[in-house]
Amino acid sequence: MQGLLRGLVYGGLIITVLMTATAWGMWLERKLAARMQSRIGPNVVGKFGLLQPVADLMKLLQKEEIYPIGADRLLFDLAPFLVTTFAIATAAVVPFSADAVGADLDVGILWVLALGGLMVIPVWMAGWASNNKFALIGGMRAVAQSISYGVPLVLTSLVAVVFTGTMSLSGMVKFQIAHGWLALWPPGPGVIAFLLFYMALLAESNRIPFDIPEAESELVAGITTEYTGMKFGLLYVGEYVHTMVGSAIAAVIFLGGWDGPFHIASGLHWMVIKTVALFASVYWVRWSLLRFRSDQLMRLCWVYLVPLSVGLVIFAALWRHFVLS
Amino acid sequence: MTAIPLAHLLILAAALFTLGMIGVMTRRNVLVMLMSVEIMLNAVNLTLVAFSRYHGWTEGHVLAFFIIAVAAAEAAVGLAMVLAVFRLKQTVYVDELKLLKR
Amino acid sequence: MSMELILFYVLGGGALAFAAAMLLPNVGRNPIHSALSLVGTLFCLAGLYALLSAHLLSALQIIVYAGAVMVLFTFVIMLLNLQPDEIQPVRLTTLKVAAGIIGLFVFGKLITAITLAAGGAQSVDLTPHSAAIGGATWEGGFNGYGTIREVGRMLYTTFLVPFELVSVLLLVAAVGAVVLAKRSLHYIDAPTPPPAKLNRLANKPEAAATHDDHGHH
Repeated sequence: MQGLLRGLVYGGLIITVLMTATAWGMWLERKLAARMQSRIGPNVVGKFGLLQPVADLMKLLQKEEIYPIGADRLLFDLAPFLVTTFAIATAAVVPFSADAVGADLDVGILWVLALGGLMVIPVWMAGWASNNKFALIGGMRAVAQSISYGVPLVLTSLVAVVFTGTMSLSGMVKFQIAHGWLALWPPGPGVIAFLLFYMALLAESNRIPFDIPEAESELVAGITTEYTGMKFGLLYVGEYVHTMVGSAIAAVIFLGGWDGPFHIASGLHWMVIKTVALFASVYWVRWSLLRFRSDQLMRLCWVYLVPLSVGLVIFAALWRHFVLS
Repeated sequence: MTAIPLAHLLILAAALFTLGMIGVMTRRNVLVMLMSVEIMLNAVNLTLVAFSRYHGWTEGHVLAFFIIAVAAAEAAVGLAMVLAVFRLKQTVYVDELKLLKR
Repeated sequence: MSMELILFYVLGGGALAFAAAMLLPNVGRNPIHSALSLVGTLFCLAGLYALLSAHLLSALQIIVYAGAVMVLFTFVIMLLNLQPDEIQPVRLTTLKVAAGIIGLFVFGKLITAITLAAGGAQSVDLTPHSAAIGGATWEGGFNGYGTIREVGRMLYTTFLVPFELVSVLLLVAAVGAVVLAKRSLHYIDAPTPPPAKLNRLANKPEAAATHDDHGHH
């Protein structure tokens, strides 16, 4: 019972914090985008437009819920709920500091990858259930892309696993505290692995330059085309939460988690800083780059990223064998 | 005391296995038949894990691991065959695949 | 009732319910719904594995089954553009009755075997460090049970040959699947299906046009 209570409290806490952070992450993105395009961005609701997410939420709550003709209602309703659930459930194993971790599984990274792979199903459900060409094409693209980029994602995570010799996320951070951050320490390969992981992360969360699933110039809005009101809101928030949690995981695996630079003032705040920095950089990339074409995307993945990450895994094994032991 | 009766786990596995078996026998859609086979394999996995936990031996996990791998291979090849058959006959119902039946 | 027992009943009941839903005529009629309820079953089973402290298997179950195999299934269903079974080819009632009888028989046999063997008395103790009752003898003791380290150690020592065989099997399956599913095999002179049958939306042209006028951004 003690464990159940702790789980409920921590779960509630993490959902609250994550959703709040995501809401203002959206505000941050809009502000950044505005800066990059010489605009002002949201500035009407509240000081600096800080209450904009609240206003958006109110607007979404009031919208009418529309079911397209011929839609598969069950799956149509279920998909947004599952997207957000899986995105948040990933956060359960992320160690935000030495103490703040929901479940310190010894297969933490596998759990993250499993839920990341599972995200495919609700996305696909949303695309299929809408009974709309654009949604269907968007869903198919999203699934193809997630599966393809899942391979470099898993392989680069494997690099980290081989280097650190553990699959527990907090174990990885402890290793990095002792041996230096993975993105920095084995000087070349570490940072390459980090960049590959970051690219695969962009692709998994369907962000530019990998956002062909919802390429608005060709597909209206991809899987979200037919969604209205709060269900659209959940799909939208789910994507942001996915990006946010992905940034947190990249920070844990490659950037030393809660460890400060040179171990200065290690703690939760470093984790927050790293996560927000990575999150912001995702949107920096988003508003700077162009969109890939579908075939270029697959080519990049299978011809360059996968062989490169296999090479990194081999290097990591050799490094582990000859240098660390 | 935190314990689950072993028999309950085994009965659950048996029920799942039976459901899978009934599915294979009654459904004519070859895709659903493949899914029922997956359920049967999973029931066996559950038995393995339950016994493994009961005895405290990790061997059961390794065997379940192999079963998962084999099931994945089976699904890949099975679905590829379904695709190939569908391209020829435009059907996934096993009743309509009766070229060899006279 | 302890937490674990409640969790067991919830997860086990969930697994059974999803599996049954897959077979029920009105849910299982649509292959997509069948596939998704199978995902539900697999998910519940993953929860049960976690409950039985097989964390590695639980994660693998989700990655391999729910993440890969089921996506494959749903993709194939979508590629084939299967409608809900509107064409019930033949009502094979005799077959269904026979299947029910055989199923019940097998289930009864299994239950008998279980009750005979287990006597309903044994239980899987979930308190840590207690599974040694069956005679755990490997070095390291119980602490290693079910952990990724222990499973990995076994895979690469005792079960090395099967492991390699499985890896070869997976390779063969991958190559075989690609060859089988390839579009242009010279010996299969594939007749192209009529386009009306392939396009799900072509049957309902009004569906796409009705609701695309509300923007979100």
